[in-house]
Amino acid sequence: MKKQGSDSNPAPVLPALPEPLKDLKIKYTKIFINNEWHDSVSGKKFEVFNPANEEKICEVEEGDKADVDKAVKAARKAFELGSPWRTMDASERGRLLNKLADLVERDRLILATMEAIDGGKLFSTAYLMDLGACIKTLRYCGGWADKIHGRTVPMDGNFFTFTRHEPIGVCGQIIPWNFPLVMFIWKIAPALCCGNTVVVKPAEQTPLTALYMGSLIKEAGFPPGVVNIVPGFGPTAGAAISHHMDVDKVAFTGSTEVGKLIKEAAGKSNLKRVTLELGGKSPNIIFADADLDTAVEFAHIGLFYHQGQCCIAGSRIFVEEPIYDEFVRRSIERAKNYTLGNPLLPGVQQGPQIDKEQFQKILELIESGKKEGAKLECGGGPWGDKGYFIQPTVFSNVTDDMRIAKEEIFGPVQQIMKFKTIDEVIKRANNTTYGLAAAVFTKDIDKALMFAAALQAGTVWVNCYSAMSAQCPFGGFKMSGNGREM
Amino acid sequence: LPIPLLSLQIFINNEWHESTSGKKFPTYNPSTLEKICDIEEGDKPDVDNAVEAAKAAFQRGAPWRQMDALSRGRLLHKLADLLERDRVILATLETMDTGKPFLQAYFIDLEGCIKTLRYYAGWADKIQGRTIPVDENFVCFTRHEPMGVCGAITPWNFPLLMLVWKMAPALCCGNTLVIKPAEQTPLTSLYIGSLIKEVGFPPGVVNIVPGYGPTAGAAISTHHSIDKIAFTGSTKVGKLIKEAASKSNLKRVTLELGGKNPCIVCADADLDLAVECAHQGVFFNQGQCCTAASRVFVEEQIYPEFVKRSVEYAKKRLVGDPFDARTEQGPQIDQKQFDKILELIESGKKEGAKLECGGLAIEDRGLFIKPTVFSEVTDNMRIAKEEIFGPVQPIMKFKSIEEVIRRANSTEYGLTAAVFTKNLDRALMLASALQSGTVWINCYNALYAQAPFGGFKMSGNGRELGEYALAEYTEVKTVTIKLSQKSP
Repeated sequence: MKKQGSDSNPAPVLPALPEPLKDLKIKYTKIFINNEWHDSVSGKKFEVFNPANEEKICEVEEGDKADVDKAVKAARKAFELGSPWRTMDASERGRLLNKLADLVERDRLILATMEAIDGGKLFSTAYLMDLGACIKTLRYCGGWADKIHGRTVPMDGNFFTFTRHEPIGVCGQIIPWNFPLVMFIWKIAPALCCGNTVVVKPAEQTPLTALYMGSLIKEAGFPPGVVNIVPGFGPTAGAAISHHMDVDKVAFTGSTEVGKLIKEAAGKSNLKRVTLELGGKSPNIIFADADLDTAVEFAHIGLFYHQGQCCIAGSRIFVEEPIYDEFVRRSIERAKNYTLGNPLLPGVQQGPQIDKEQFQKILELIESGKKEGAKLECGGGPWGDKGYFIQPTVFSNVTDDMRIAKEEIFGPVQQIMKFKTIDEVIKRANNTTYGLAAAVFTKDIDKALMFAAALQAGTVWVNCYSAMSAQCPFGGFKMSGNGREM
Repeated sequence: LPIPLLSLQIFINNEWHESTSGKKFPTYNPSTLEKICDIEEGDKPDVDNAVEAAKAAFQRGAPWRQMDALSRGRLLHKLADLLERDRVILATLETMDTGKPFLQAYFIDLEGCIKTLRYYAGWADKIQGRTIPVDENFVCFTRHEPMGVCGAITPWNFPLLMLVWKMAPALCCGNTLVIKPAEQTPLTSLYIGSLIKEVGFPPGVVNIVPGYGPTAGAAISTHHSIDKIAFTGSTKVGKLIKEAASKSNLKRVTLELGGKNPCIVCADADLDLAVECAHQGVFFNQGQCCTAASRVFVEEQIYPEFVKRSVEYAKKRLVGDPFDARTEQGPQIDQKQFDKILELIESGKKEGAKLECGGLAIEDRGLFIKPTVFSEVTDNMRIAKEEIFGPVQPIMKFKSIEEVIRRANSTEYGLTAAVFTKNLDRALMLASALQSGTVWINCYNALYAQAPFGGFKMSGNGRELGEYALAEYTEVKTVTIKLSQKSP
């Protein structure tokens, strides 16, 4: 007999995975302003590399302050009262976002291939997860566009009072290199949904998919100046945005160190509104009554996903004493026998780190782990002679004072520590200036909901990790950020 | 000071403390220029102690964290009751300390305080998160948690009211506080410390550290254990605070700053209403309001009549002893402000505005300035661009709506705006076009606890009052729980 549930609620259907495009041509390498492609004012270009083989992919126009000024001018004009964008119905804004989602779906293969080459991301992940999230987020925000409600307010006295939720204005958006396209969409989708105009600076390591989006934005029919994209470096183009006197808001995803500089610049310049998505050292707490296989698997993916280059990486795994040894054993099994290599090839499980700077930083932290007395269970060094590859590494017997337990590694390095009591692990989990995410694995409802309250993190997962969706707000407590996305 | 319950010390953990340094500072009565008393001067070590207390009161398991939300609300209601009980005392203290007319302190400031406390008392058990229909088989909900230890730095123009605007939503949402009142006007804030204790707030929930901006204020904005800071004051200092928040620990920031607020009077307006509102709008509280109507744009056709009636109003305005029931205008807060206002008045004369009345100080001794009206003001004059914060009304002329929108918006400020017209289309169009956090139509300074208040552009970040303030005092946590199968 067929179970009633199984037909009406099918498991999520992922599209079949095609092969990555061979000979991908990079067509868009210029600065995108007013729906047109511009050379940089200075004439300079910068190089973009493939981290899997350290070879140059292409050159991109290098934007600096002068280009940011041009972009902001265009965005300001597009935001003027009476402009096409300002007079457009909210529902039409929503329709454009949905149209953009359609175009991303149409060019899914191109974008996924490009993202894998530029970002060192596994092609399968880029195609199924990154592109999937982009399309869904665009459609989610598209649906909100005509539902930005103000309120009528029952004020004292003989007044009629209501609030309007107006677009902020020109929004500067600075995007990181770990999820270049997803982070690009997370920023432009809500901004455009609410009627703002944007000036986007993609990461210098990974500008290609953002620039390709420029062509789709034009094709979808967004008016000129609504979206502008200025590739370039942080200290030049990025700083120009965060200091700009005519940018009304800056949104940044990246390191806590740079996040502080951006908020400072906002305060020093024109008090532009600031949202920040920064780093994390997220605790993952495993109780003896958890489903051990599930916990091991989620803890593994929660750390090693995308070469460990996730702000939400579960990089402090606290395991309840009784199951510690078994958990470590299974985690080592899971991390061994990984196939590293060209992220475009099927069967490859881990790609390269993004660049030399990250590569060296991770190796340095691995050395500190060894030096400070953690037990190296597997991995522990680089792999291959070309590209920035690091072996999946597991440390056990990690203590809270070690650098690998305190600093964000952003690499494939898993720390496993032991705990005895609930109060102890809550204290240790919260003992950090970060507060992005956390997880707890237990079957006990009391414990689960207690941890949901006690953990100082913007997202708490119960019996899972990395479960994110366009509908859920995401952001940091403490120094992991200000404000929420999605 | 023979006032019961008024202690002139630092309030931490429901106890009164001397300053760590042993220093005190004086507070003056701006009407008589006499010293009222000396107050313990808080500095970094005192702020540190206050933050420790606030942090301890915010710990998991502490009384304040365990308290039902409804009980938090009840405490706020009780505090409102005590303010009502001691209304005369508080209004008296406020008048002595600020120079504002006693009847205004009693009927406006204290009224606002009591109503705001009761408004947020009602919200306390309605801080709701959401359940979210997320993809796949998860249960997802958000919690709107208190942020933690909140620093509040309050100004001297509405000392108690601006404190309550911060304290009420902060406590309503379950936070703890470290407050630094303005050094010119600490008395009512200190008095409220004793009421906090009397009401029964647990120790450490509210802490008050009087002192100066560059010392105690800076200690708060740079503190690594303060999770959020709320500031009302000048745009210049607001920027320093946001900068300090960034450099230290990325504490969340809300700012209520200056304004150069346009008041647009169209030819079809009710002229008497417009004149009166524009007059009160700029002269209220000795001109010391962030909402001051300090750029009055009058449509050409009614300009001469508007100026004539405004001058009549200004000439009638009674300036004197704030304890005299007939007084409408008291002294400016201190010598620094007084000098700045007179300097700007001189600039108005020098730059060619027509001085219609006033234009100078009232006597040789004291901080009283004559209600001053300038006409024929043009947009490039300093009195048309800079925040004066004194009893000076600049009146300018306009021809068309498009022109006045452009001119009204042509400023880095964006706090409030007002429009006087009977034409519905024009009123609603201006309500959309003006870049201001509040737009008043056919009224001025209509401020009530229910309506959110805050600035566009460099007049501030975030909103106070209304439901919107709750977002500034809560931190969102998303909880996602995996289920073994998808449930609808």
